[in-house]
Amino acid sequence: MTATPEKAAAVETVSLTIDGTEVTVPKGTLIIRAAEEVGIDIPRFCDHPALKPAGACRQCLVDVAAPDREGNVRPFPKPQASCTMTVMEGMVVNTQHTSEAADKAQKGVMELLLINHPLDCPICDKGGECPLQNQAMSNGRTESRFIDVKRVFEKPLALSSEILLDRERCVLCQRCTRFSKEIAGDAFIDLQNRGAMQQIGTFNEDVLNFDGYEPIGVAAEDESGKAFSSYYSGNTVQICPVGALTSAAYRFRSRPFDLVSSPSISEHDSSGSAIRVDHRRGKILRRLADQDMVVNEDWITDKDRFAFAWQNLADRITRPLVRGEDGELHEASWPDALAAAAAGLKAATTGDEALGAAVLPGARVTLEDAYAYSKFARLALGTNDIDARTRIASDEEQAFLGATVAGTGLGVTFAELEKAPAVLLAGFEPEDEGGVVFLRLRKSLGRQQVFTIAPFLTRGAEKLSATLIPTAPGGEGKALAAVKGSTDASEALKAEGAVIVVGERLAGSPGALTQALALAKRTGAKLAWIPRRAGERAALEAGALPGLLPGGRSVTSASAVQTVADAWGGSVPSSPGRDAAAIVADAAAGKVGALVVGGVTPSDVTGPFAEALERTPFVLSLEVRRGEVAEYADVVLPVAPPSEKAGTFVNWEGRLRGFATAIPTDAMGDHRVLDLLARELGTDLRTGSVADVYAQIAALGTAAKGERPDAPKVDAAKVDAKAGASLVLASWHQLVDSGSLQEGEPYLAGTGRTAVARIAPATAAAAGITDGVVTVASAYGAIEVPVVVTDGMADGVVWVPTKSPGSWVAQELGVEPGALVTVKGGVA
Amino acid sequence: MTESDDVWKVNRERDGQAKPFESNLPQAGPVGKIFAPVAGFGVTMRNFFKPTVTEQYPEKKVAPMPRYHGRHQLNRYADGLEKCIGCELCAWACPADAIYVEADSNTPDEQYSPGERYGRVYQINYLRCIFCGLCIEACPTRALTMTNEYELAGPTREGLIYEKQDLLAPMGEAMLAAPHPMVPGTVDDDYYRGDVLKVVEEQTEWVRENRPEDPTLPENRGMREENPEHRRGEHSDASANVARHQTAMQGVKGGLGSGM
Ligand code: SF4
Ligand code: SF4
Ligand code: SF4
Ligand code: FES
Repeated sequence: MTATPEKAAAVETVSLTIDGTEVTVPKGTLIIRAAEEVGIDIPRFCDHPALKPAGACRQCLVDVAAPDREGNVRPFPKPQASCTMTVMEGMVVNTQHTSEAADKAQKGVMELLLINHPLDCPICDKGGECPLQNQAMSNGRTESRFIDVKRVFEKPLALSSEILLDRERCVLCQRCTRFSKEIAGDAFIDLQNRGAMQQIGTFNEDVLNFDGYEPIGVAAEDESGKAFSSYYSGNTVQICPVGALTSAAYRFRSRPFDLVSSPSISEHDSSGSAIRVDHRRGKILRRLADQDMVVNEDWITDKDRFAFAWQNLADRITRPLVRGEDGELHEASWPDALAAAAAGLKAATTGDEALGAAVLPGARVTLEDAYAYSKFARLALGTNDIDARTRIASDEEQAFLGATVAGTGLGVTFAELEKAPAVLLAGFEPEDEGGVVFLRLRKSLGRQQVFTIAPFLTRGAEKLSATLIPTAPGGEGKALAAVKGSTDASEALKAEGAVIVVGERLAGSPGALTQALALAKRTGAKLAWIPRRAGERAALEAGALPGLLPGGRSVTSASAVQTVADAWGGSVPSSPGRDAAAIVADAAAGKVGALVVGGVTPSDVTGPFAEALERTPFVLSLEVRRGEVAEYADVVLPVAPPSEKAGTFVNWEGRLRGFATAIPTDAMGDHRVLDLLARELGTDLRTGSVADVYAQIAALGTAAKGERPDAPKVDAAKVDAKAGASLVLASWHQLVDSGSLQEGEPYLAGTGRTAVARIAPATAAAAGITDGVVTVASAYGAIEVPVVVTDGMADGVVWVPTKSPGSWVAQELGVEPGALVTVKGGVA
Repeated sequence: MTESDDVWKVNRERDGQAKPFESNLPQAGPVGKIFAPVAGFGVTMRNFFKPTVTEQYPEKKVAPMPRYHGRHQLNRYADGLEKCIGCELCAWACPADAIYVEADSNTPDEQYSPGERYGRVYQINYLRCIFCGLCIEACPTRALTMTNEYELAGPTREGLIYEKQDLLAPMGEAMLAAPHPMVPGTVDDDYYRGDVLKVVEEQTEWVRENRPEDPTLPENRGMREENPEHRRGEHSDASANVARHQTAMQGVKGGLGSGM
């Protein structure tokens, strides 16, 4: 990661002269980069530091003279593209500042580029921040000699529901196509035609043959075309040096001088990507990728970029709501609402008959919020019944997380993941569940062996050239155990720096995490846990789990409980609490007195959650929007969305990703609301400010030796997945789906992948399934989706997306992946 | 003794040395001395016999010079489509930050201006505007020009933020109110070049189908005068804020007896 001094010294350097200034740079540096070193700006369009040189636009022409074999410095006959030529010892470069030839060449190129440019800056989204505009001013002629009719194209061409292409404005720099091919691996667009009619366009789908991956939204077609479907397509809009690529969401919305830009961190996944939030008059208009070389480099996912409307939809609540005598929610003042909430919680936790309260914070929390929930449950409610994992979870997972992840600081990093010679993925789909993790892995394509334990080879895994170890859900433990001896995966993982990545879904597979630990020990590979949602790691660190206290301390360790109790100045319960599934089940049976619910969407929860909310005497909801939970809640306290509060996300690496308030409003973060509420209950949490929470977390530190839970020891389960009447259900969230944080953004939703059921050819043949729509049914319900028979898939398994339109597994099927379901129909 | 006392002392000494004031104007003669007390009225009396320049404003309004920088106006094309494309260049040019624009996409159902983009929100804050005219120089479509209207006072701050419907030029005789489609077979460039000269039957037909009540339709034209609300702008969908603003403004103008 960091070059040691000796290594740095070993870098071969080259000295050259640029505009009369001597500069020494490492060998292999491009002239344009060397010029940047000494502050000389050369105009450019196609050059981008993260993409391979292309020399497509010719705007960066400079005069170059280099020594020949005899050592005489001889000028090149023509100006050269500085973005494709590497430096040479003794080279003399003269840019437009010192060479008339270079200046003339650049001006000529600019004039040519503008020949067919529509010059419609007033209606162009890039106007005001456009490299073409700027460089036409700084390095162009004031007059054009072109007097003929310009080439026109129909505008705009919808590459997808989100990405619009205005071919007239394109300067054919190919940044977009190079990004798509080199970085994202989604080669949906390329150069087409020749000469004046050369243009960017989509491929014919028959050529690319992406079975079952058509996007939902309709896209216009060009001459040969089909839609642009990529989870990273928004990056092309950001790097397009002109306004040729624009997004439907931001189209005609504002001008750069209107916008206030605030750096922030994306709330959408556990990577904690750096973003820039651009807002005007308190309203977010767009989000862009911020450069952060240690985390997301230059890129973010489309979800990070486009899904922000949810925070300000019409159902946003800004004042507390209290259920009145009439059974309806009414707006109330903060003091009244807090008093009502405190009274409800007190009734549930005091007295002989008290059933006690439980807390479900949800996993979108920041570290501060998670800590406040954790402390609130223990001190104010006197319970360990708190679980942020409103997803598939297990005790084995908790033991695994407590023993090896919580409070361990920075573990495997993005850089280590990139450098790893071999990576084994288990229960983790890098493209769907990891976002920018996928881009990092893809960066090492060809240098890294990827193995994936999954039911089928997804397109994401295929783009990583991954080797599939076909496994039915639940069988991951056995599959991990089988990675031993002289298997390819085992040999590869023995290499120095190899990484095993486990996803949150392994919690649903008994013995899998135990085996992952064993495998790591066996091969010496490092282990990384990459959950899906942004708050998972923070919840873990803050102890928002039933068996864990902050810093990875186990509630069953007397000394750990004592340390935390001393630090908090109160008593901390020492028996493990119920996990989320148990809380929901017990609440549905009427055995919970009060529920405190944070950012949990009922349709994401498997189990009788609606019933649980209904039967619990007192429900307190802390929410940004008036959602489904509010329908059952007795008191709803509004909390701030990420853009309106400061806080810290903890990404999967364990890196703290602090962010400041982008838009100041009077909305309060969960931690402040809980602080006020606890005071009403007679407890002082001291979580009112981010600084307070930080100080406490720092003072608490992490678990001492022996305070952690023991590493899990669970026997790997055997799944009986075979073609037949009942199949094992496999499922995970696709990156762009119907998640509640993606609401209010139809253009993004249109780029999501359609829900399909996937099934292996032999299994399909046994069931007589060929094509068309199938019904996947559990004991509780059924979903109907088109079927795609997928080669190489594990037999006896059916896969459907967890929450894509038409396929809401938790709500419709009511079972978790690994359960048995039946599949019918599908006869075309 | 402090330093400042020192300065005072020096100043006093210097004053003592100064000579008494002596005017170097010619001394008036004896007659002049007699009339000196009323000499000032000479100017007054001379003006008794000169033409009057006082304007009887607001009883009588005088037209300012033709190029006077008065209230802005958002112009329309001959067929009634708006010229403004919502580019915000006027807002960008404004040194007083008086203009606020939000653009949006024209759709086939709601085409306000030729091309893809139109100005959905357009506000000029006349508490800020310094009438420099830089905005109208910046406007690429000649959508924004200035009128000679100078009565821009009001009792409320909100009232002096003019909205788009307050600024839009009145509908010309043969115009058809936006939104409606462009003239069939034309593109935005034809409008910019000034090649669209009148409303065509297809456009009238479209409006008839979609807004049969529209007062700018030929059959409804006679009824237009009856609605006083349409005096300044032509938009009937005035928001509550605007309605409030217009009442306030009319109140002021009524009080001053100007009558626009
Ligand atoms: S669309 Fe933009 S990024 Fe792509 S080639 Fe054209 S100018 Fe370059
Ligand atoms: S006239 Fe000058 S001050 Fe007034 S809006 Fe235009 S640019 Fe701004
Ligand atoms: S008035 Fe002119 S400059 Fe201002 S937004 Fe409209 S078109 Fe652009
Ligand atoms: S920047 Fe060098 S050719 Fe485009």
